[in-house]
Amino acid sequence: MVSRRRLNLQLPSFKNGVHPPEHKDLTSGIPSRRLAFPDEIVLPLSQHIGRPAEALVKPGDRIERGDVIAQASGYVSSYVHATAAGTVKSIEHWPHPAGAMQPSVRIEVDPHSTQMQRPRLVPHWDEVPAEQLSDEISKAGIVGLGGAAFPSHVKLRPPEDQPVDVLMVNGCECEPYLTSDHRTMLERPEHVHLGIRIVLRALGISRAVIGIEANKPDAIEVMRDTSPDDLDITVQPLEVKYPQGAEKMLIKAVTGREVPSGKLPSAIGALVQNVATTASVAMVFETGQPLIERIMTVSGRGIRQPGNWVIPFGTKLSDVIAACGGFTEDASEIVFGGPMMGQSQASLDVPVLKATGGILVLSKDECKRQDILPCIRCGKCIDACPVFLNPQLMGALARVDRFEEMTGNNLSDCMLCGCCSYVCPSNIPLSQLFAMSKIQLSRLQAA
Amino acid sequence: MVKITAAPHVRSGESTTRIMWSVVLSLLPVTGASIWFFGPSAVLVILAAVAGCLLTERLFGGRRNSISDGSAMITGLLLGLCLPAGFPLWMAFLGGVFGIGFGKIIFGGLGQNIFNPALLGRAFLQAAFPVAITTWPARAADWWALRGDNLALPFMSPASADAVTGATPLGNLKFGDDPVVTPLMELFLGNTGGSLGETSALLILLGGIYLAIRGHLNWHIPVSILVSVFAFSGLFYWLGLSPFSPLFMLFSGGLMLGAWYMATDMVTSPVTHAGCWVFGVSIGLLVVIIRIWGGLPEGVMYAILLMNALVPFINRATQPRKFGSKEPAAEKES
Repeated sequence: MVSRRRLNLQLPSFKNGVHPPEHKDLTSGIPSRRLAFPDEIVLPLSQHIGRPAEALVKPGDRIERGDVIAQASGYVSSYVHATAAGTVKSIEHWPHPAGAMQPSVRIEVDPHSTQMQRPRLVPHWDEVPAEQLSDEISKAGIVGLGGAAFPSHVKLRPPEDQPVDVLMVNGCECEPYLTSDHRTMLERPEHVHLGIRIVLRALGISRAVIGIEANKPDAIEVMRDTSPDDLDITVQPLEVKYPQGAEKMLIKAVTGREVPSGKLPSAIGALVQNVATTASVAMVFETGQPLIERIMTVSGRGIRQPGNWVIPFGTKLSDVIAACGGFTEDASEIVFGGPMMGQSQASLDVPVLKATGGILVLSKDECKRQDILPCIRCGKCIDACPVFLNPQLMGALARVDRFEEMTGNNLSDCMLCGCCSYVCPSNIPLSQLFAMSKIQLSRLQAA
Repeated sequence: MVKITAAPHVRSGESTTRIMWSVVLSLLPVTGASIWFFGPSAVLVILAAVAGCLLTERLFGGRRNSISDGSAMITGLLLGLCLPAGFPLWMAFLGGVFGIGFGKIIFGGLGQNIFNPALLGRAFLQAAFPVAITTWPARAADWWALRGDNLALPFMSPASADAVTGATPLGNLKFGDDPVVTPLMELFLGNTGGSLGETSALLILLGGIYLAIRGHLNWHIPVSILVSVFAFSGLFYWLGLSPFSPLFMLFSGGLMLGAWYMATDMVTSPVTHAGCWVFGVSIGLLVVIIRIWGGLPEGVMYAILLMNALVPFINRATQPRKFGSKEPAAEKES
């Protein structure tokens, strides 16, 4: 522990942040395995930021694995592909991990199918003109796999006046428990590097930095060993600190520069892609496989067999839990994503989505809550906030519904990382208050 | 079985209750020393102040079971520790009632108060009973003897005529007919006259450092106060304006207790580190000014209370710089 800390001190990072217990050793050493295809998959038309996709299939249609079932309905939108062969049962509202019911395509999986994709003619990435690469990436339904699920092709076309000169590849995986990016780097380094190469070509640049937290020395080594010689690729070990994997924090750690408030990373010439995203870009051009599955970490003390699994999107939570041996007696909360920013699930029917990097089943002890006490102005939240806000003051305003005053306190800069809630000794749900305030404020502004 | 909560789903495990009780824990050595120096009187005075605080919190504290968060206990303990040993118990009790009632509950309870409740209680006692609170008993030959008229009946003048009184090192040097400089070692260990808990700088330092290491105390505040007192008193001593040497200033009176335990009250101190430095340096300057030129031998209490009142302004002036609102200096060169 001491040596880790000493190692940490010399590594670049950002200011503030927190050090939650990592719990990554539950799954970091377990190679990913393929989950059996379930009997039914449910694919929501909205698995990304932006407009929901438009369904192209109707009940009764026979589809093969990898077929397009819904197309992007605008620029900031994404394609959805069938993740298993079978028959479309219906298009109906279905529980969505984000909470509400969402229109989803239900597919009855053909138990006799080999689950091979239709043979496709894939252009070699080197022959596709750079400006068309992002179209191909869009048609493959690729979105950011780090958690936000922002359509990748939009990012690949930065504003004209803000040229990008460096690609940051995000292998931080700063959320506790999650090891899916870690396993991706260990198991598919050549895909990560090929994806980087393709993204660099799409951007017309040649420099990339892969940021990896120092708690993954094996991944750092593998990524270094497999780096191609003809591109300017640096593997940068980073301090183990949450939220190191947030875009702005990663850029700050690697370049020492702060992305101006309210601006995109391209404002300082940077672009961030997650390692799993680049690996899925590589798949598109290597095998023609669109984004239909990924490595997900199933972990926590509430699940009998934690592990890393390649899971087709649309697989229902209940199937994943069953494949992992079921719940332990003290299982208490199911979370999609990491424990800091992930979402609590209320139903076992929800499907896993493109952005689902992890499925956590936390035991009672792991997610213990204490009583909420009054704020004692200890200032720990201010010391934790990675974007230098004053959560103490913002929380006080939010509790009395003074949302409009919170804009003056930079509510829009808050990225809901949860550091303030994590450290608060009075257990005030600060980031929850801010999430609600953002919604309330947008309602007020719309009215 | 399924629990639905908002992110983050894990917490640091730190709790306000634990912070409060660890402050109480860290005060035990100081309390023990006060009993060692002042005998049963110390126990009685501290208990009376604690009883006043707990009872008021129990009766009027808005939240259910608000005693268990430990904050009223701290107030009582600190108030008791800054009273003289021979203080009448009913006055100590009244100080506790005032400190919690008018120092905290009237503002809305824990977290809402502007002034440190213990110091407000003491300020009330200083205003109401100026003689009793400045009657410093000398060391008694018999440890079991009461050090003054502890058992005086309420609203009766204490029969202090036959009590043996001494002077505090500060008062001695400032107002004494024959000014004596108390040796530093005695100040450091606590074998001097003064309030119950303020005599031993050593034990206060130990408790404070323990809290700072556990992250339950913002070390910027005591450090800035002590640095400021040392610097300003050194300056005035060097200029020949003050009889107090800087080290004497640091280890005498209530400075240590004030710097480590009173000024660091999270509720009544600034929220940012920059604010803590403004707060601490100002307290230090005020302490030096009051001690050298004021009408009282000691000024820590008023210095802290005065700065407590300015905390909202300090907070407003020292808001953190939002990420990305200004390019760091290193950036401009490239």
